[in-house]
Amino acid sequence: MLRLESLTKRFGAKAAVDNVSIEVSKPMMIGIIGRSGAGKSTLLRVLNRLAEATEGTAEFEGRDILGLRGREMRAWQSDCAMIFQQFNLVPRMDVVSNVLHGTLARRSTLATVMNLYPQSDIHMAIDILDRLGIAEQAPKRAEALSGGQQQRVAIARALMQDPKIILADEPIASLDPMNAQVVMESLRRIHDEDGRMVICNLHTLDTARRYCDRVIGMRDGRVVFDGTPEQLTTGVARDIYGADASFSEAATSTEIETLNAPQAVPVTA
Amino acid sequence: MTDISHPTQTLGEIRTGYLALVRQRRLYSFVAIFIFAALMISGFNLAEGRNGGSFWGGIDNFFDYPVEVIAEAAGKLDEMPGHFVNFFPALVETVNIAAVSTLIGALLGILFSLLSTRGMARFPALIPVFRRAMDIMRAVPEIVVALVLIFILGGGPVPAMIAIAIHTTGALGKLFSEVNENASLKPVEGLQSVGANWWQQMLLGVVPQVAPNWLSYALLRFEINIRASAILGFVGAGGLGYELKIAIQWGQGKLDDAVALFLLLFITIIIVDQVSGYMRGKLTHGSAGQQ
Repeated sequence: MLRLESLTKRFGAKAAVDNVSIEVSKPMMIGIIGRSGAGKSTLLRVLNRLAEATEGTAEFEGRDILGLRGREMRAWQSDCAMIFQQFNLVPRMDVVSNVLHGTLARRSTLATVMNLYPQSDIHMAIDILDRLGIAEQAPKRAEALSGGQQQRVAIARALMQDPKIILADEPIASLDPMNAQVVMESLRRIHDEDGRMVICNLHTLDTARRYCDRVIGMRDGRVVFDGTPEQLTTGVARDIYGADASFSEAATSTEIETLNAPQAVPVTA
Repeated sequence: MTDISHPTQTLGEIRTGYLALVRQRRLYSFVAIFIFAALMISGFNLAEGRNGGSFWGGIDNFFDYPVEVIAEAAGKLDEMPGHFVNFFPALVETVNIAAVSTLIGALLGILFSLLSTRGMARFPALIPVFRRAMDIMRAVPEIVVALVLIFILGGGPVPAMIAIAIHTTGALGKLFSEVNENASLKPVEGLQSVGANWWQQMLLGVVPQVAPNWLSYALLRFEINIRASAILGFVGAGGLGYELKIAIQWGQGKLDDAVALFLLLFITIIIVDQVSGYMRGKLTHGSAGQQ
């Protein structure tokens, strides 16, 4: 399905993403872990075409996504939804309008600027909000919502795109543990129920273990681990984070339960 | 903001509620568009009715004059460097008027802005007085002030300078006071607590916070003032505008002068625009690291 080959992105002399090759054969939930600056965000931004790759190729279902231009590139972006750490909603617009932005790539400028979305789209947007448990916030301005609610609006916008793949860039890094859990469970449910591929940047190990089918570890732009959550031992984790023996998984945890259970157990959600 | 405000709202109710909201908004947009279109059409018809000729009848001739001007200038291309040298003193005069009036206007604008910002004003009761004073300075066009002053003082650069400085004071004072409103009052309070007088509070507590934005607005104003001082030449204030008026009134035979003057003005404005754009970029980005 998705195949990256020696993907490289350089900023000046420094390679943020260095010769990354990944192959994904079926929709699954993938977690990318690594410390800040490991190139996780840049990798997702290159896939969504928010940033241009320096070298390498990326293919999705036979489509060369790095070579697309103009309308075709925007069609790919519509198939490949992005969720951001800071939500990136339009703060002064209401929640449903923000969700309807997911349809921008297939609607004309004039119709969207005049707020002339089809009624079926509006119903669909409210249904998606209901699925994520925030339908009652529909008429409010996005800025009036809490962080966790805003992130669910962002997920709703992504779902409105009806994407084949969802890229989530540190979706829970700005949230408290309770909201983080709600957001991660929503992403997992989207994968389980809709069969969409989800690639999620995380900087906490236990979250990756708990929600993902496959974990990719990045360090200094390179892939240093690629396997199942079970293969992710403490030794491997130390390697990914470049940490010494004092490193403990609980120290990076955002889950409430880990406070009582020092060794997180993979849970099938 | 709270989840408990409508605990019993069903999905159907949410849908109907939101669709009603959408319909209302669409109605408002269509009313707004209708009013806009009606104003445009009626305004055009009114202007067309009062027009000496006809807009559609005259539009064919629209490019005749520029074509004539450029044709004459192109024929005398070899004289162009000579014109540039001839008119350079006039350019210096125009830029000079702009620079002095921007400087004086900015200094007075700083004073007015501090006196009319809530929380900083020396005499809080007089804030409305200073604000209205700035409104008046902004409202009267430079050219009107300049005409009156030329009538009183006689032609020359000084009346133009005073006229532009008055307008600049009003305009920059307003912009500066908006910058001041975003400045934190905590440093001012800190200085107040150690016994500083008003001038010390302002110069040491407020100015360091707002100086980059002030300078950026002042540079923008300098560009605008170069254009203003060129225009004032038309009413006898000297500089480029005066030469331009002579060249245009003379008509054929002196049109190459007009082109040379326009080119000088364009080049100057482009240079000032580029330099001040670069400086403003440095100021805003350079100060980002230290806030």
